[in-house]
Amino acid sequence: MSNGFQIVVCGSLVPDPLQTLEPVTTPQGPGLKNETMLPSVLDPWSAHALFEAANLAKQVAGSKVWLVSLGPKAKLQQLMMTVAQKVPFELIAIDGSASGFTDAQQVATALAEAILAIPGLDKSKLLVFGGCASASRDASVTMQSVCERLGISEFFAGVDEIKASADGSFRVLERIEGGQYLDSTCAGAPAVLAWATGNLPEPPNNPQVGMMNMRGVMPALQKAKPAPVGVGGIAYEKVEIPAQKRATRVVKDVTAEDIAKEIIEWLKA
Amino acid sequence: MKVLALLHTENNILPRAALETISVARSLGGELTIAIFGGSAATAANTLAGSGATKFLVVEGEAFLQPRYSTDTAAATALIKAANPELILAPNTSRFARALPGVAQRVGAQVDTHIVGITAEGNSVKVQRWFYRQRILTTFTRVARPWLLLVDGGIQAPYEGASGTVTAESVPVTQVDSRTTVNGVQAPAADAQTIRPDAQLLFVAGAGWTKKQKDGQYHIGEASTLIQGFLQKAKASLGSSKSLVDLKSEGQETLSFMSHMNQIGQTGSTPRHQKGLSTCCHGEEPHAVGWRFITERRAINIDANCGWAQGKADVVYIGDAF
Repeated sequence: MSNGFQIVVCGSLVPDPLQTLEPVTTPQGPGLKNETMLPSVLDPWSAHALFEAANLAKQVAGSKVWLVSLGPKAKLQQLMMTVAQKVPFELIAIDGSASGFTDAQQVATALAEAILAIPGLDKSKLLVFGGCASASRDASVTMQSVCERLGISEFFAGVDEIKASADGSFRVLERIEGGQYLDSTCAGAPAVLAWATGNLPEPPNNPQVGMMNMRGVMPALQKAKPAPVGVGGIAYEKVEIPAQKRATRVVKDVTAEDIAKEIIEWLKA
Repeated sequence: MKVLALLHTENNILPRAALETISVARSLGGELTIAIFGGSAATAANTLAGSGATKFLVVEGEAFLQPRYSTDTAAATALIKAANPELILAPNTSRFARALPGVAQRVGAQVDTHIVGITAEGNSVKVQRWFYRQRILTTFTRVARPWLLLVDGGIQAPYEGASGTVTAESVPVTQVDSRTTVNGVQAPAADAQTIRPDAQLLFVAGAGWTKKQKDGQYHIGEASTLIQGFLQKAKASLGSSKSLVDLKSEGQETLSFMSHMNQIGQTGSTPRHQKGLSTCCHGEEPHAVGWRFITERRAINIDANCGWAQGKADVVYIGDAF
């Protein structure tokens, strides 16, 4: 393909999955206790999308990757210290809440506006990547809303593989029910792809890539426009962590045969 | 309240998730319209003759046989506009999960997904869904209409009612120039399929299976045989921890039949099975969040202080396969 793809990855931060989350009520709606203090990671499915974008850009000459990220500026800066070490990209930061309780439509509006404002954007080369869901809102709504706002007609969800051809077309595998894949071919950009895990491992830290990315990160953070994202039209009545603790019976000092027998009885019951 | 149950066929019949959505719609009361698109949509409508719906709408045609965003959004948009509902209920299938959030944008609807509970009092509707990967449960409502809700499977029994002959109105759809061609479905060979959503048991293998064992050796071949033999005999669905499937993408030797598709938890699936048996997985929160809808949980681990023993499983057996 001549001149490559313009690949824009949408991805924000979520609390580190090992953190304990406790919901609280704030004047803006539900939130998390000590939310600003919780260590964050790049949303896992978006991270896969970013790694796949970098891989595609490497394969298709002339391609470039942008990361559009909506979150509190200070937290984005912390996040970039790790993410920027992974793959080359240009950051477009949007300053706003990264809470899972924000409205997906408002988030999509902010993301779409940021994408359309990219200097030199050529929609005929545009591939928008993101996660198939976030680990915070977990709604699988934002990327479709971005797709519609950009006026793009081709959308793929739960993507695990993209294979680009020389003519600009690409083949996509999307997860569907029962461990199967839907296999489709798209004639070319523009398209929006919401990724599942893909097939690539997390790239190792590369200090050279980090140095190169960080040159653009600080100016991007300084230029970050505020986005007024909130809970939108949702009226939350209850936000809770239901009691899940079970009275666990720990079975020790029993032979493997006895364990097997007990499990078989349980399975047959 | 005007309720629309929006459904699609799969291999020319209504999938179980569609029938569950009909049960949910019936439980809310109101004036029910049923809209179906896909192969044999009109025939499928006949199977819902006893559902109490006052109107049936269908979209049929070659373009709508295969799941594809551009054609699915066009069909669903046409059906919703024809029904003009206040509340739209749809099953959270992969086909609808892909298309309907975009449809909501087109018809000016609010949209919420992964709905696990819904109640209605007159025109007031309250729904429940999880946030932060099944860690925080919320109950909320919206005033704006129309409101599109994608309903998760398993929250109601599938509708079982009398078939009959209904008069289904065919809704025209503006021709869509799609740039996507569906080549087909890639499914593993029947004897190699390890993901079985309808299985009673979920068997999860963790990274412990691929570690050096007490004798200082790896036993990956033996582990493969043991796991596959168990799956075959128990007719179980196979799940994996992230750490195990990551080994494969990092090029390390691991269980050949395992892929990211099997992954359960934070970045994996959250399946619904009556029973779950975890093996060689430490049961920390990122793994356990995928177990939210596993009713009976047991685990086998060499560590009596693992996450499963901290109130996440009903029974933890301290043992080793080797």
